[in-house]
Amino acid sequence: MNTPNTLKYSKSHEWVKELDGGVVEIGLTDYAQDALGSLVFVNLPEEGDPVTAGETFADVESVKAVSDVYSPVTGEVLEINEDLLDHPEYINEDPYGAWFVRVGNVTEYDELLDAEGYEALCASEE
Amino acid sequence: MKLIFERSRSGRGLGLLPPCDVPRCELPENARRTGRPALPEIGEIDLGRHYTELAKQTHGVNDGFYPLGSCTMKYNPRINEEMAALPGFTGIHPLQEEQTAQGCLEVLYRTQKALGEITGMDAVSLQPAAGAHGEYTGLLLIRAYHQARGDLARTKIIVPDSAHGTNPASAVMAGFKVVNVPSDEHGFVDLDGLRAAMGPDVAGLMLTNPNTVGLFDPNIRTITDIIHEAGGLCYYDGANLNAVMGIARPGDMGFDCVHVNLHKTFSTPHGGGGPGSGPVGCKEFLAPFLPGPVAEKKGDTYAFAVPAQSFGRVRTFCGNFLVVVRALTYILSLGKEGIPAAAQGAVLNANYLMKKLADGGYEMAYPGICMHEFVMTLEELKKETGVSALDVAKRLLDFGIHPPTMYFPLIVHEALMVEPTETESRETLDEAAEVFLKILDEAKNDPENLHTAPHRTPIGRPDEVTAARTPVLRWKAE
Repeated sequence: MNTPNTLKYSKSHEWVKELDGGVVEIGLTDYAQDALGSLVFVNLPEEGDPVTAGETFADVESVKAVSDVYSPVTGEVLEINEDLLDHPEYINEDPYGAWFVRVGNVTEYDELLDAEGYEALCASEE
Repeated sequence: MKLIFERSRSGRGLGLLPPCDVPRCELPENARRTGRPALPEIGEIDLGRHYTELAKQTHGVNDGFYPLGSCTMKYNPRINEEMAALPGFTGIHPLQEEQTAQGCLEVLYRTQKALGEITGMDAVSLQPAAGAHGEYTGLLLIRAYHQARGDLARTKIIVPDSAHGTNPASAVMAGFKVVNVPSDEHGFVDLDGLRAAMGPDVAGLMLTNPNTVGLFDPNIRTITDIIHEAGGLCYYDGANLNAVMGIARPGDMGFDCVHVNLHKTFSTPHGGGGPGSGPVGCKEFLAPFLPGPVAEKKGDTYAFAVPAQSFGRVRTFCGNFLVVVRALTYILSLGKEGIPAAAQGAVLNANYLMKKLADGGYEMAYPGICMHEFVMTLEELKKETGVSALDVAKRLLDFGIHPPTMYFPLIVHEALMVEPTETESRETLDEAAEVFLKILDEAKNDPENLHTAPHRTPIGRPDEVTAARTPVLRWKAE
């Protein structure tokens, strides 16, 4: 399992990357993509949509199930990764490159874990 | 195998269609085709072989055991078909005068009454065409009720995390926001979590009981009270009614409205297009909002009526009528003794098979007595042997058994959900248990044989990922 040290993680298996200017990038972790299996569909919010920490902002569909993706932050969607809409497999192939959204005007963070804490969480879920 | 279009040869045909015996009626010019439709042209023998070949590639209840959890794949008695084929039912037109269709109206009326009695509801509409359609209709009832009271703040529907995926989907379709409440360690609704979700914005609750892990929630009255105290309504998803029909009624558990699946609980065809039927029942105070028409009895005659504040139709005419004929046949065949006996048989069969599989080494997600179905977790087996729930499911096909429901509910990892139904004999259950245990043995000694299963079916493992990512849904002539 790949868990980069440079990222923060939510308990619901999203990663958060701090970009310049208070903008954060959000995606699904390697652990999550592996547990979900091959993804076949992604539903993203629209630019300008508000997101709320702990609430769902996107969903992903694998051949097993549809799963909600939760926002680790409260803020506003500045940009979505439109490539994912046509290529959900990017999430399986490169989970930390396949960002879902970039969020700005961040006012609140959910409780986030560092890489070590997140690995421990995954181990406890095994 | 070839598509029927690929078997087509120009100029071939067959005599199955009778000659036209009514006056010809021409469509207006602008509605006419300019060319002939590209329909297949095929001889009768080739047509017969085509469908026989297709049938051989399927698995139905007539082929073998079909323990698909939460789907209640029980046997569909032949007498249902006999009744549905009666010319008085097949030759009817929905726009016929009511006085010439009294028998059909009586069927609708008596089915409404019987389903109302079984579910503890005062009024029933037979319009919804399937389970999720019934859910949607039930939610529209809840919405219409709150709106009629001028209470527009109720926008949330509470759904437990073990619910069928259709529940949140139906709630969103009906314009609600979904709030998930967690299950406790026993698989029941977490009461503290439920209380925490209450507020003046709660429109209602959707609940399946027995729930999706095959357990009857012992707190059901407390749950429905919590919702009612907050001003919400309680909707019963009848997916698992087979476990309790004739024994416990959703109306007595505190539910305000329900849907039932005739294609599950009441032995009408299920799968392959059914068609299904998902009647909705409700308490008296919701009855004015029901979709119409519903059948009513006035003196000795039957008539259609549209409830006073009906939110409108959810389907053409009165639903899937011939499916209703089959369900009424089933209800009347079983009677008031047979209905609870079927439920008891379903629970007994599930527990019998669960015990055999548990004793044989399968791990149950929630050990103890179950209702009509049980959920196994293959998480440990996968860690030990690499064999997944999918592998076991695929291997079952080699033994002529339809796989159980897989990877559901989501709260159980590597889940296999098994529902044998009451219509299977003890011998069938014994044979199935033997197969399950043989597969468990293979998992430990020859896991590769499971990773590559099935070995004896016309198709091995279809590429579900490519099928979902780039579906090819239409055949086109070269």
